Amino acid sequence: MKHQCDTDILSGVVKYETVIGLEVHSQLLTVSKMYCSCSADYASTPPNTHVCPVCMGLPGVLPTINRRAVEFTVMTALALNCSIPEHAKFDRKNYPYPDLMKGYQISQYDKPMSVNGYLVIDIEGRKKKVGITRVHLEEDVAKLLHRTTPEGESYSLVDINRAGMPLMEIVSEPDMNSPEEARLYLVKLRSILQYLGVSTGNMEEGSFRCDANISIRPEGSKEFLGKVEVKNMNSFRAVYRALEFEEKRQREVLDTGGRITQETRGWVDEKGITVSQRSKEYAHDYRYFPEPDLPPLAFSREMVEQVRAALPELPEAKYDRFVSGYSLTPYDAGLLTDSRPLANYFEECVGLAGKSGGEKDIAKKAKTISNWLLGDFTRLLNSSNTRIEASNIKPWHLVEMFDLVDRGTLSGPLAKTVFEEMFSSGKTASAVVAERGLVQISDSGELAIIVDKVIADNDKAIADYRAGKEASLTFLIGQVMKASRGKANPAVVRKIIVDKLGGN
Amino acid sequence: MQLTDEEVRHIALLARLGISDAEVEKFRNQLSSILENMDILQQVDTSGLEPTSQSVALENIYREDETGPSLPVTEVLSNAPAQEDNSLKVNAVLE
Ligand SMILES: [Zn+2]
Repeated sequence: MKHQCDTDILSGVVKYETVIGLEVHSQLLTVSKMYCSCSADYASTPPNTHVCPVCMGLPGVLPTINRRAVEFTVMTALALNCSIPEHAKFDRKNYPYPDLMKGYQISQYDKPMSVNGYLVIDIEGRKKKVGITRVHLEEDVAKLLHRTTPEGESYSLVDINRAGMPLMEIVSEPDMNSPEEARLYLVKLRSILQYLGVSTGNMEEGSFRCDANISIRPEGSKEFLGKVEVKNMNSFRAVYRALEFEEKRQREVLDTGGRITQETRGWVDEKGITVSQRSKEYAHDYRYFPEPDLPPLAFSREMVEQVRAALPELPEAKYDRFVSGYSLTPYDAGLLTDSRPLANYFEECVGLAGKSGGEKDIAKKAKTISNWLLGDFTRLLNSSNTRIEASNIKPWHLVEMFDLVDRGTLSGPLAKTVFEEMFSSGKTASAVVAERGLVQISDSGELAIIVDKVIADNDKAIADYRAGKEASLTFLIGQVMKASRGKANPAVVRKIIVDKLGGN
Repeated sequence: MQLTDEEVRHIALLARLGISDAEVEKFRNQLSSILENMDILQQVDTSGLEPTSQSVALENIYREDETGPSLPVTEVLSNAPAQEDNSLKVNAVLE
């Protein structure tokens, strides 16, 4: 088709395509700051206690480059399939703002540490490459706290602790075509950073931040209509919602004959909308120039190959191994490997469970473990806002509980209750079972008494069963389970009922 | 190269300097003569030379990722015109 834009003949409505590019800033997990030796542990300390002449921008100081921050950035770049140039340098990005102590940020302009990479996202089984323009290193700014006096006068407080934290910037190509693709990109990128151990990836705490560029254009056209930059999104969900809102807003503007203004908009989470932010008229006059205080970087090919060889297993490789090694479904393997702590937890459980059993039933055990981790465990972690590493339940707790179920001490249905108690108290499954008298009853004599009572009370179900209605058996078993408060062994109960009623 | 008044005012704004009309003219002349000196430097034949952004022949100067002492808060805030809760107090900052 040669048409510049594709019009739906029936409705007369122009079909648009969405174009999204993301810019992620991630703090690095170094122990000291980017250009000085102040502690990087700024979050848990009182304001302005991790500050020195370098990070507060006093005249006459000399910044020096944190070696580990550079290594972390090279690792990330290689994991994102970027190429590392022979030379890189730092530049000053000049702009005045009270959170920028020196009046400039030491960043990288025309010779970044890496360029031209990609990351693969999986959209319901379809793989798509999203280009990475560059990964470079810069520094974070101070934190501003806004306050108002009782008289209604507002002012700001400056805390310099965060200033000079190493900040890695990852810029994508505008290769994403929906809010969902953007979300998948962020999930994947975060998990890669977590696997590398270079970032916590915590968006809510601000150590992993995302700005988005979004524009729409008539499908098939290459023209760029006004590009909008969206900021202030502090969760994956917020990014998704903000892009969804912006996509719709831009369509409506174009459909009603308007024009998209190139601008920066801020996401207002409570209202679920983006609002135009007053643009600083000189915002793009950064007057970059080479940082005279920092000698350039040279990356030998040997150094690059050493870093590449030392990269840990990345999510994709782990995913493949989970699918082929443990016969997990691609869906489950994907969920487990999205988070490195969850994937590690899973493997620890499988390792422990594997010791008490043959290689043969490892797939079965892996499936059970995966079901618990992705089901009840994840639900409890989410509802109590607990990270898996900080949970009361350690892998061996979980494996011990599975053993109780395997050995018939604990019934499947009661395991759920026991697990919840383990989760809140940190007790072992056997302790909970003993304390609350939840040992499964498998003794035929004991169960026969309950079965007799249920048979006596349920004439209709018995008649139905004898008339060939199989569902009645399930009902009767359920009644016995209920009467035993979940403790009866369902398999034994079934056998007793069938024997007593003379079925097959 | 001669700067215009507009360019001088723009540079002053970027540097957050308030300057009078008389100063605009004064700095316009001074800055223009600096640029004229740059024009002279531009005449040097640099073909065949690698561009450089540095005047010292150093590269890969790193600091190990180790922590060192920071300043006491009292010193950090000693030049602050106003302070509150261990922080520098400044005029309201709007996004
Ligand atoms: Zn410092």
